[in-house]
Amino acid sequence: MKEFFLGVWEDFYSCFLENGSYMMYLKGLRNTIIMAILACIVGLIIGIVVTIIRVVPKKNKALVVLDKIANLYVTIIRGTPVVLQLFIGYFVIFAAVKTASFIGIKETAGIPVAAVVFGINSGAYMSEILRGGINAVDFGQMEAGRSLGLSWLQTFMRVVLPQSLKSAIPTMFNEFITLVKETSVAGYVGIVDLMKIQKYVTTQNAELYMPLLIIAAIYLIIVLGLQQIQKLIERRLMASDKR
Amino acid sequence: MISDKISLDEIVKAENIYKNFGKVEVLKGVTLRIKKGERVVVIGPSGSGKSTMLRCMNLLEEPTYGEVWLHENLLTPIDPYLHFDVIKLSSTFKKMKVEAITAGEEDSEKLDEKIILEIKKKDLLKKNEGKEYKLAIKDLYKKYSMNINKGRAKMGMVFQHFNLFNNLTVLENLTLAPVKLKLKTKEEAEEKAYALLKRIGLEDKANVYPSTLSGGQKQRIAIIRSLAMEPEVILFDEPTSALDPEMVGEVLELMKELAEEGMTMVVVTHEMGFAKEVATRVIFIDEGIIKEENTPKEFFESPKDERLKEFLSKVLM
Ligand SMILES: Nc1ncnc2c1ncn2[C@@H]1O[C@H](COP(=O)(O)OP(=O)(O)O)[C@@H](O)[C@H]1O
Ligand SMILES: [Mg+2]
Repeated sequence: MKEFFLGVWEDFYSCFLENGSYMMYLKGLRNTIIMAILACIVGLIIGIVVTIIRVVPKKNKALVVLDKIANLYVTIIRGTPVVLQLFIGYFVIFAAVKTASFIGIKETAGIPVAAVVFGINSGAYMSEILRGGINAVDFGQMEAGRSLGLSWLQTFMRVVLPQSLKSAIPTMFNEFITLVKETSVAGYVGIVDLMKIQKYVTTQNAELYMPLLIIAAIYLIIVLGLQQIQKLIERRLMASDKR
Repeated sequence: MISDKISLDEIVKAENIYKNFGKVEVLKGVTLRIKKGERVVVIGPSGSGKSTMLRCMNLLEEPTYGEVWLHENLLTPIDPYLHFDVIKLSSTFKKMKVEAITAGEEDSEKLDEKIILEIKKKDLLKKNEGKEYKLAIKDLYKKYSMNINKGRAKMGMVFQHFNLFNNLTVLENLTLAPVKLKLKTKEEAEEKAYALLKRIGLEDKANVYPSTLSGGQKQRIAIIRSLAMEPEVILFDEPTSALDPEMVGEVLELMKELAEEGMTMVVVTHEMGFAKEVATRVIFIDEGIIKEENTPKEFFESPKDERLKEFLSKVLM
């Protein structure tokens, strides 16, 4: 028994502490977090814009066409795996950027590109969540704004969107948590995220399970932490209902 | 006693309004002209189209046919059936006239009128009626049309369910539109808002959210929210129907005050007492048309329409 634990400790030592290898995990983690946050911002912006296009009254042809495009976007993104989107985004659409990144700064230049791809992916899900939130806002709110002479967009931005965000934010935060985990496929296109660290460590130490376990633990800690934040936000939102 | 001074100046005119929801005809040709200072009370059974009528007046619903005018400004598209001189330019009219004359009829004003009436009755105008016709419609529209939002800013609306903005404080509810529409600076709008709140005795509620207010307070704030825009007319859609009985009084009281100050009002309500006391004209809408229209005295003392008699006997019991 004692031997077993001693063995585990030795593995842990060589895979995490020895020669400061924890720095590698930290670097991977940093990239994972940067990607997740960038993707979240991109996703939020895309999500809001796409949602506006989908819910605005279709008063002219251009809006109808835009709506069709927006719906197509959501359908495609939700209907295909994120790895596939990453490959297409990375190797086809952002080929130029990637080529540039081969000249020297390979490791980090891929990150914004991947973040945009994850953002485009996340935007579709954000839009679905947000649309649900908007449909849950009483239509009388929009009518009251319009009856005062405010335009659709003015009423939407100032009255309807804030109310729908309030109900959608906890669910959108879930989407963010999912996003953090989903960035783990970034290694497929050569980005050194947390997941990818396993490969490096395994090459150095010929250890497979220990780095995987360590990485799993790090993801778990982050997700549990985010869930705590989510609970806090939910409580705050609930409290503001009673004001 | 509320003054009965009514000018001849018509503020809103809803002309020959039809409204279909899908295949259901809800309004079947309602004309309602509101003069400055008038207080028009609209009554009628539930589902008869009262709300739809009111909502057509400020374009929350777009009429299927008919036009809505605010003073000399048109808020709806042109309804060709209301412009005989335009119909005369249509290829349908021209074709029918040639046919009539070949059939031996005399070219006269009377013939024109007959054809126009037939076109109107059978709804014969098509999408494409020739260049001349199209141009005439375009000209009319250019000359009279007004931005809907600008029009709505002059027409207040009070809803059955208040519809205060839930995410804004009372003060923000009152200042949002005047400030966003650049009618007032923030300071001016807030000053006005406080004055209005003081008037209804709710100054202390300026910074609370609507969810903390009673129904009666909500509705009175909804009323002053429309007043904050300094409208020319306010449309009320059953403003007391969603209130607990003990709160009906305070809302009606505020509405009476507005009436005394000469505010032009159109009120859909089931409060017959209010109608008798405050209205300058009462209208009975039933089955999508105006069945009776009269001074309150005549309306309640000697109703003529059978359905109105039946309706009154039920609600006045
Ligand atoms: N947006 C809508 N879509 C379909 N039907 C509607 C809509 N609004 C109203 N109606 C129908 O129109 C009729 C008249 O409604 P309404 O004008 O609200 O009546 P009232 O206010 O007199 O009770 C009702 O039968 C109602 O079901
Ligand atoms: Mg109604």
